Amino acid sequence: MTTRVRTPTVRDGVGVSTSRTDGIPKVDGTYLYSSDLYMDRMLFGATLRCPHPKARITRLDIGPAVAMTGVHAVLVGDDVPGSNAFGLESADQPVLATDLVEYWGQAVALVAADDPETARLAVEAIEIEYEVLEPLTDPEEADRRDSAFHRARCRRGPQDASGAVVVEGYYEVGMQDQAPLGTESGLAIPDGQGGVDLHIATQWTHVDRDQIVAGLGVDEDMVRVHHAGVGGAFGAREDVSLQIHLCLLALYTGRPVKMEYSRAESFVGHVHRHPAQLWMRHEADPDGTLRRIEARIIIDGGAYRSTSDSVVGNAVYHAAGPYRCDSVSVEGVAVRTNNPPCGAMRGFGAVQACFGHEAQMDKLADALGMDRVELRIRNALRRGDRLATSGQVIDTSAPVTEILERLRRMPLPDENSSDDPRLLPGGTGLTTSRPMVKRGVGYAVGLKNLCFSGGFDDYAEARVAITPFGVEVHTAAVEVGQGLGMACAQIARTVLGIEDVVVYYDDTSKIGSAGSTSASRQTQMTGGAVMEAARMARQIALERGGGDELDGEGVWKDGVLVTPMKDLVGRENIDYHTRFHHPQTDAPDRNGQGDIHVDFAFAAHRAVVDVDQELGLFRVVQIDTVQDVGFMINPRSVVGQIEGGTMQGIGLATLEEIVVEDGVIKNPTFTDYLLPTFLDAPPIEIEVIEEPSSFGPFGAKGVGEPPTVSSTAAVVAAIRDATGLELNRTPVRPEHVALGSRQPAVYSDC
Amino acid sequence: MTVNGEARACDVKGSESLLFALREYLQLTGSKGACEQGECGSCSVMLDGELVCSCLVMAADAHGSEVVTVEGLGGSELHPVQKALVDAGAVQCGFCTPGFVVAAAALLDENPAPSSDEMREALAGNICRCTGYGAILRGLETLVGDR
Repeated sequence: MTTRVRTPTVRDGVGVSTSRTDGIPKVDGTYLYSSDLYMDRMLFGATLRCPHPKARITRLDIGPAVAMTGVHAVLVGDDVPGSNAFGLESADQPVLATDLVEYWGQAVALVAADDPETARLAVEAIEIEYEVLEPLTDPEEADRRDSAFHRARCRRGPQDASGAVVVEGYYEVGMQDQAPLGTESGLAIPDGQGGVDLHIATQWTHVDRDQIVAGLGVDEDMVRVHHAGVGGAFGAREDVSLQIHLCLLALYTGRPVKMEYSRAESFVGHVHRHPAQLWMRHEADPDGTLRRIEARIIIDGGAYRSTSDSVVGNAVYHAAGPYRCDSVSVEGVAVRTNNPPCGAMRGFGAVQACFGHEAQMDKLADALGMDRVELRIRNALRRGDRLATSGQVIDTSAPVTEILERLRRMPLPDENSSDDPRLLPGGTGLTTSRPMVKRGVGYAVGLKNLCFSGGFDDYAEARVAITPFGVEVHTAAVEVGQGLGMACAQIARTVLGIEDVVVYYDDTSKIGSAGSTSASRQTQMTGGAVMEAARMARQIALERGGGDELDGEGVWKDGVLVTPMKDLVGRENIDYHTRFHHPQTDAPDRNGQGDIHVDFAFAAHRAVVDVDQELGLFRVVQIDTVQDVGFMINPRSVVGQIEGGTMQGIGLATLEEIVVEDGVIKNPTFTDYLLPTFLDAPPIEIEVIEEPSSFGPFGAKGVGEPPTVSSTAAVVAAIRDATGLELNRTPVRPEHVALGSRQPAVYSDC
Repeated sequence: MTVNGEARACDVKGSESLLFALREYLQLTGSKGACEQGECGSCSVMLDGELVCSCLVMAADAHGSEVVTVEGLGGSELHPVQKALVDAGAVQCGFCTPGFVVAAAALLDENPAPSSDEMREALAGNICRCTGYGAILRGLETLVGDR
């Protein structure tokens, strides 16, 4: 008989920086991304796209393409057997346009051919003529015409409150691309019985499945969506891109079909971060206490709805930032134009709002003659306060004051006197010299709602099985690189006391939805589901084994192994399947009031930027951050999320914008859409605050989005600090710095 | 051509890139295509000892050349760069990783003890969208300490 004193803590449980199981395949090149999939007899798909932002198709002749050797299918909108409409929140976009084309690059026809080149030539061979129509591309004009997907508002408290000090501002945020390095790609395999298996890089297999079956007009169980290796996501894969197209081609040809977008096609193949215009007015007492916040926000949803309704809602709810204020009026609109469709990107409306409210807080501090951080601390939201916009009580950790205090105390980098060009704005182009450089410091703090909001039934399924060969965790959640698989395994290990855990990413036929890998939600949602299932599995094991403790050896009672694992699960696995829901939220009332969000996370950044104002050059020297993370299930993953998310925010501040002129994307390549490189990446010092969240495994909070919310605002604040310029638009371009920023619109114009 | 020490042959069409030939004809999918313009470095391979973006090399021009891809770096064990990147948490989505592995291995072959600034400069042709580069730098810095 085995006896011992107390179970030791299981190895590689929560709180430990474990190594990812996909790490070695990813460094040795054997990990299979959706673009690496291969099958005998597979065909290659390609897409005909409209070269006009608005047009009517007047003639479409696929004959010349059909006649080509090696072409197996040419499909147009009339070939869509089910509903020729899809969309993440409502189905408003044609799978293939049949009459009216609403944006530049919209899909019109599909080809499947023996090889990619033949497919491309067949697309070119399709004869199509358009009547070109006048596109609507000005968001303000769209608002005036009431061309809108959704209007959102928050009105709270007395509307006549005022303060002695008033600041107004107008701000713009450019259209950012998620730019995951893996473009859209996938492989659809017909099952020979009218169904299809799709292997795809996505963020939410079940919502893809639902849109595919609608397009194919088949039953739900005829389509199985499998999670293939994902080359980054950041929101770009939440909407359907080529999923329905691939399945159509596979079913039509009866052969496996692969499709992979080029980078240029990827730029029109997925939605982007909404460009935004914000008018804001803040009023405060002379001591800095906020008395009134007004804002008006326009985001450009482009031609189709995607998640625009939710994004504008989020922008409205986040418009006041993490501050107390009892008199608020925010109006937001997501307009419909003929610009590229916009939808989810990391930060989801909160990024745009933060750029505005943080510029306002600096402006207000300057008008009051107050320290900029001090003003923020004076108004900082605390647990138990009401969110200024929705009025809901913040019932989660909200260490905004501590975040700011700690950020302020972090050491600043030394004044650099070196003439090493690598350390100067403009880099090795040798364009500037140290005496021309001025340094600025900027702070910004933001918040981000976690998980789905507004009364949505947000849930995740997971299954935990204890078997003679170890523990299996089953989920349909998508690992996009953030480390979800590790977190799920760690949670299961700690709860069960069993080290041997393998996570399986099931297809849509084997388990129910885990929801989207977005909204910083999977650690809390799928992590929460795994925790719940593991707890129940443990309970069953203890009952079956007649003991009070479980580990990899079996069930123990009073320190004695009473049921070894082979007896516990030798004849029958212990298997528990659960659907985990987060606490219910409210749909907003007509004033945008209610318990709309289930949880929040907070973060702040301090950016240090060197600027040569004459040449308009700037370089981020360092950026430091403090983030409210709840509890770190895997500290190294948390750091990875904070560093990567911060860098995407720096990109939006300094480089990244999809330039759209008259509805046409002018820079759909990595040569012209600039991403931060190693040389643009400053050192990032990180501190975290671990104060348990209201729900979430072990008190964890989602960590993916907060770093992107406030980093952009901090970098631009630092450039303002160095130059004294208004800089009301991001990304900041050299001409804004060298020639002075554009004239800000007056608030009363709006 | 010789790929990872083995003689390999394939018929390529006129405009196909070395990257295309490696991935589609030789099933060496470790090298990734992400920009097709030599901007992101995801397709980095060694061509006759030189670090190149294989998307910018015509496959036909590699006739008779020696190519080393990410699959050929390690042998039976991981190359030190591969191990360092895994251990440092420098792998998230991992799509850029093969390119970083090849480029970093090339750098260390040329300069066994690069400074951090030299590493950043040498790897500025490789784009990573997930990590913000911090963990990549930390991983590679451990190798210089080891040498």
